Amino acid sequence: MTATIISPDTIEAAPARRTVRPIPTTRLVKIELRKMFNTRSGLWMLVSIGVLSVIATGAVLTFAPDTAVTYGNIAKAIGFPMSVILPMIAILGVTSEWSQRSGLTTFTLVPSRGRVIGAKASATFVVGVVSMAVAFAVGAVGNLLGSTIMGLDTVWDVSVAAAAQILLGNLVGMAIGFTLGVVLRNSAAAIVGYFVVSFVLPGILALLALVREWFLDLQPWIDWNYTQVQLFDGATNTGKEWAMLGSTTMIWIVIPLGLGLLSLRRSEVK
Amino acid sequence: MITVESLTRRYAGFTAVDNVSFTAQSGRVTGFLGPNGAGKSTTMRVMVGLTVPTSGSATIDGVRFADLPNPGLEVGVLLDASAQHAGRTGREILTIASDTMGLPRTRVDEMIQLVSLTPTEAKRRVRNYSLGMRQRLGIATALLGDPKVLILDEPANGLDPAGIRWMRDLLTGFASQGGTVLLSSHLLHEIEVIADDLVVIGNGKIVASGSKEELLAAAGTLARSTSPRDLAHALEQAGIPSTLAGDGSVRTDADPARVGAAALTAGIALTELRSAEGAGLEDMFLSLTADTQREGVAA
Repeated sequence: MTATIISPDTIEAAPARRTVRPIPTTRLVKIELRKMFNTRSGLWMLVSIGVLSVIATGAVLTFAPDTAVTYGNIAKAIGFPMSVILPMIAILGVTSEWSQRSGLTTFTLVPSRGRVIGAKASATFVVGVVSMAVAFAVGAVGNLLGSTIMGLDTVWDVSVAAAAQILLGNLVGMAIGFTLGVVLRNSAAAIVGYFVVSFVLPGILALLALVREWFLDLQPWIDWNYTQVQLFDGATNTGKEWAMLGSTTMIWIVIPLGLGLLSLRRSEVK
Repeated sequence: MITVESLTRRYAGFTAVDNVSFTAQSGRVTGFLGPNGAGKSTTMRVMVGLTVPTSGSATIDGVRFADLPNPGLEVGVLLDASAQHAGRTGREILTIASDTMGLPRTRVDEMIQLVSLTPTEAKRRVRNYSLGMRQRLGIATALLGDPKVLILDEPANGLDPAGIRWMRDLLTGFASQGGTVLLSSHLLHEIEVIADDLVVIGNGKIVASGSKEELLAAAGTLARSTSPRDLAHALEQAGIPSTLAGDGSVRTDADPARVGAAALTAGIALTELRSAEGAGLEDMFLSLTADTQREGVAA
């Protein structure tokens, strides 16, 4: 049986090193994309994006009063489940290498951990953009079909600029998830962490702003949920508002991600 | 060839690997032995870049593992068969690895066949695999890129007897074709059969290394005759100190030729004359690592 694995010509070839070409980055991105969806949980995450978009659209058409059947409301309804699922996909894409220990193989096949994480970031970005495109499309079809069937005027009240901000908002949410994944490197901890920073933290900061007046002006610069809501409402318009977004992104993504990457590259993969 | 030079890995408060140097030659199977927690796995993890050494280096044919452009094609690695995403199928795990290395997909089927996983098993998720099946999958991943060097941590663990024999043939065949095999195992009899060279580590330090023959070299001669007492007496006359063993054999440090000549002079018919067998790997292992054994075995 052994004879089958090694072709006879390798005997002579043994001393001469084969010319091995480096692994191209596009290949790594493709593989990371595949790894996001080739497990049962990954597949269902993907399916749920489509399914929940349809359910959310259906819910608006069924339950909302006629005047509320607008593209803007449908987009909002779809937006909520998306803003939860997409960060989860971003988290698991990173943490499963540690929690499921597949990193042992991944990082021996590609020793440059920076490249692997970079490929994961690109794959996450692609998933975010494609998912949002799907969601917008499902919403558009629902809006068109719904208003036609119910005999209403089709209302397109989401500008391209606002749609772009919604997309950006979701990408920022995914980036927060990705950052938590890189810093914590544990699926359960990162998911809990995500819910803490997105549901618990805003309450605390709002309370702080309520009792300490000096914090009120500071909050939009620190509270990433504040700038997220602005994005989802398509209301980030002035230079100051963009600067606030830049500030929260710096605090919650850029700095922790940088520190996380430094420790990830040196840490032991067990 | 794998070269490890003055490798040290310290953790807060203890040194897992302490100034370890050895080489695993190409064309030979090198057995890497040591008690639990001796530093075998840490050393192997440093070799493949998963752990950063505190000092020293490990190279594959002179190149650091992390500097290999596509390591899977040059070094086959199996460190822990259970370290796989439990939700992926066996085939999917091989497909990802094969895609990463840039190999044709046909290679995946070849490997599944090689390690005797059935097509239905390959379609099952790894969560439902037995340890032996995971081990086979791990070996398949290691061999996928047709590498020249294999680094295997406890590859026989969990394999059935047929699997162990298959593995033995595979590794001997691999080395005889010029490949380098570094293999750790606690199955000493297995190592004794397949290893050409041995490296023994205890408490992070090398306690012995060299060829198996050297390390297990027999001391002296064993002889038997119908009357052991007369034989011992004859040897004494010839100036050869000997001991009379309980089983009726006579043991001595002299070589068989001298013992035979002495017996002939004394007119004693020998019924058996041969080199005394070495202590065996197990005895050697236990005596070398006696200080580091948890059980405090007095070898």
